[in-house]
Amino acid sequence: MNFLEQYNYWIVILLMMSGFYIVIAHGNLIKKLMGLTVFQTSVFILYISISKVIGGTAPILDDQYTVYSNPLPHVLILTAIVVGVATTALGLALAVRIKEAYGTVEEDVIQEKDLQQEGSAE
Amino acid sequence: MIQHLPILQVIIPLLAAPICFILKEARLVRWFVLIANVMAFVISIMLLQQVNLHGTLVYSLGGWEAPVGIEYRIDELNAYLLILVTSISTITLMAAGKSLTKEIPESKITYFYIAYMLCLTGLLGIVTTGDAFNVFVFLEISSLASYTMIAMGNDRRSLWASYQYLIMGTIGATFILIGIGLMYMMTGTLNMYDLAERLPEVEHTKTVFTAFAFFLVGVCLKLALFPLHLWLPNAYAYAPSIATVFLAATATKVAIYVLLRFIFSVYGFEFSFSHLPLTEILVSLGLLGVIAASIVAIYQTNIKRLFAYSSVSQIGYMILGIGIGSKTGLTATMLHLFNHALMKSAIFLALAGVVYRVGSVNIKAFAGLGKQMPWTMAAIVVGGLSLIGVPLTVGFVSKWYLVLALLESNWWPIAVLVMIGSLLAIAYIWRLVEVAYFKPALQNNQSYKEAPLAILIPAWIFVIANIYFGIDTSFTVGVSEKTAELLFGGAR
Amino acid sequence: MRLKPIRIRSRAIEILINVILLAFLAITALSLAFTKDLFASVMLTGIYSLLSAAFFVLMDAVDVAFTEAAVGAGISTILMVTTLTMTGRFENRKLHHPKIALSVVIVTGVMLVIGTMDMPAFGSDTAPAQVHLAPYFIMQSGEDIDIPNIVTSVLASYRGFDTFGEVVVVFTAVIGVLALLEFSRKDNESAEKPAPMSQHKILRIVSKILIPPIMLFALYVQFHGEYGPGGGFQAGVIFASSIILYAMLFGIEQTRKAVSMPVVKVLAALGVLIYGSVGIVSMLNGGNYLDYNALAESNITGQHVGIIIIELGVGITVATAMILIFLTFARRIGKTNEGTA
Repeated sequence: MNFLEQYNYWIVILLMMSGFYIVIAHGNLIKKLMGLTVFQTSVFILYISISKVIGGTAPILDDQYTVYSNPLPHVLILTAIVVGVATTALGLALAVRIKEAYGTVEEDVIQEKDLQQEGSAE
Repeated sequence: MIQHLPILQVIIPLLAAPICFILKEARLVRWFVLIANVMAFVISIMLLQQVNLHGTLVYSLGGWEAPVGIEYRIDELNAYLLILVTSISTITLMAAGKSLTKEIPESKITYFYIAYMLCLTGLLGIVTTGDAFNVFVFLEISSLASYTMIAMGNDRRSLWASYQYLIMGTIGATFILIGIGLMYMMTGTLNMYDLAERLPEVEHTKTVFTAFAFFLVGVCLKLALFPLHLWLPNAYAYAPSIATVFLAATATKVAIYVLLRFIFSVYGFEFSFSHLPLTEILVSLGLLGVIAASIVAIYQTNIKRLFAYSSVSQIGYMILGIGIGSKTGLTATMLHLFNHALMKSAIFLALAGVVYRVGSVNIKAFAGLGKQMPWTMAAIVVGGLSLIGVPLTVGFVSKWYLVLALLESNWWPIAVLVMIGSLLAIAYIWRLVEVAYFKPALQNNQSYKEAPLAILIPAWIFVIANIYFGIDTSFTVGVSEKTAELLFGGAR
Repeated sequence: MRLKPIRIRSRAIEILINVILLAFLAITALSLAFTKDLFASVMLTGIYSLLSAAFFVLMDAVDVAFTEAAVGAGISTILMVTTLTMTGRFENRKLHHPKIALSVVIVTGVMLVIGTMDMPAFGSDTAPAQVHLAPYFIMQSGEDIDIPNIVTSVLASYRGFDTFGEVVVVFTAVIGVLALLEFSRKDNESAEKPAPMSQHKILRIVSKILIPPIMLFALYVQFHGEYGPGGGFQAGVIFASSIILYAMLFGIEQTRKAVSMPVVKVLAALGVLIYGSVGIVSMLNGGNYLDYNALAESNITGQHVGIIIIELGVGITVATAMILIFLTFARRIGKTNEGTA
């Protein structure tokens, strides 16, 4: 196994994991969504790395070229980007409503308020 | 038109959604949605007929044959699941008109119906497709729609529950995306049946192993396998009642379908169970889920939440059945998948009736309801008995097969634990029964009337199904055995 | 054209850019984890998207780069900033079980690293992904569909149903956002506030000049997708951004007067229906769902017609969806701040 051959993938893993870490470790709801964006974008980088052919060119047919990079992952990621922004939009909308209902967007404060509410309900 | 049935199954509810957005008027939308649902239900029955006549149906979308294009592929397993999803969705919708007016502001009801249709579309799309990436796309449609529905609950906690579900669901979807990407990397294809053919060549690589692991974890997040279930209890507890019924009865079931498809049809029994310690993982997580979630359920004061935890434990049973890795085990899973949908639909619909009249599902509010709302409470009790696994209910049938499968593999200690799980179910059902039937109504309680018929009748359709399929088991057992056979038969 | 020999000679530079871009991405991601200022975090997220767009160009994924730049660095950033005006600028210092989180992340990361052990080498042209389906698309799409941009061929025709699903996802997001944030304001409350940027004469004039070319560019991208990077999705986002720019400068209520909301909503649904009905028409003409060959006498014409119409559907839904989402968010600002102040 060649070290350099896998270099791209290892960095991509590092990127994915930093996004993933932000999602689970941070308590601010907006920050979590940013982490999610980074996590997803990094997965896109993984896909696009798969599609690359060294010496190839963008998959737009032209008589000058014979080697093209793989167009299929590009298509998948176009779809995934859209899915990603749709999720972000919905998540942000939820965060706004949570701010209105709870007065905060910090996870621990929200959970505390929920516990209080449950305590007072009984 | 007959050959187009597979796609019509999905695009009828799909196109209904934007049309509803144009129609706007809630009452109009309601009828329109109901008609679209009935059509989807009829199509699912016709599809089953076609499958029985001609065997597996293959439909190439855009006229491009797979693996170049995306194909829909329907065999008996898909066909039965489609019937399950569309029938439950249709019956649930009958109760929606009444229930929603109490729980959702007038101006948002149209949005709820649209989200409902989109969620249904997503679920149907997942079940019909034969393309791994298409699964991801439709999974996201159904997920985004369910986040929306859950957030429309009238308690502020519904927002928080929806947000948590969004985060965990998206992590799950991203894991699935990683899994699909790695599979594609090693095989160059996205079609499930092409994957099944090409995976054996590379099945010893670590990449394929990782792909499988990520896909599995992602799906298990979606189906709320213990300990990845954290999003589920609050989501079910605070969502509008109709959303709870629909999601509890169908969404997790479809996730289990995806799990089965990939374990058995794509990777194959050989790979999943001999190369990997899948038996150990699934059996131990399943058991842990059964026991832990049941215990937590006993301490709940919010009854919707109680039954949500019960859902987590019931999912444990299904996973346990898969983990056994035998035909009988899989039969038990398939049976429980069907039966659990019936139980939870009955219970949550009856709870929708309670919410409609009483406005609360706190256990204290149930005092005296046994007398005041006898039919509603009876529906919950029958559903509860079914959860416990009392003979003459469907719950008994699936537990019976599960224990049978465990004894067949000589795992009697686990069989004992499954029994203990049932005992725990008695505990949490009993708490409710005790309050409802043996406690006098609170003094300041006004007297409550029976739930409106629009909610009660759908609930009782499910209750009767619970009993009918508990007595006449030939249909469900026959189907489950056939589909288990099919899954063990390999890809095609 | 003349670029080709240079390309080969510049392999070393390409690798260098690759390494640097990835390093920048890593730095951005890590600093995002440590920044407490959420406005800075939004900017970092935007930078991250832009950098990855640059990386996508390097990886020959020009369409993806275009979309990522428009969406990740554009729309998401705007939405996040808008949200921050409602939810506050700074985050709590406290992390949530950082040790457990770290261990989960490390386990996941190690799993992935194990997965890379048997991966085909990066950029190899004999990797399974390059020899199975990809050659079909590259060799046959010219014959089957006859448009130069293979990505558009695959997106709109071979995997047209995925793209349909994608449009439905956008539509679902609109429904979700409207269900959560839409509210009807009584007439007397919608008293005209001064436009937010009324002081910034230069900004207003420059933007006013810019808006028409942006719209024109959107149309170019819409109809040029077959030949170069672009298509309905990118065009929709660009078109929406011109309206968003207008809204930022002249106020939400002003924009709502200029752009009729009920019409925008109908259009959002209409885009999905246009896409869907192309499939229905091909079914009525005896083909399978979304089989564009059935749309016209000759297959190639059918494919072209089909692709143009569905791209139009995509463009309409995406543009209106982004406008609706942004305006719904922005209109909420007043209400949220009233409620929590």
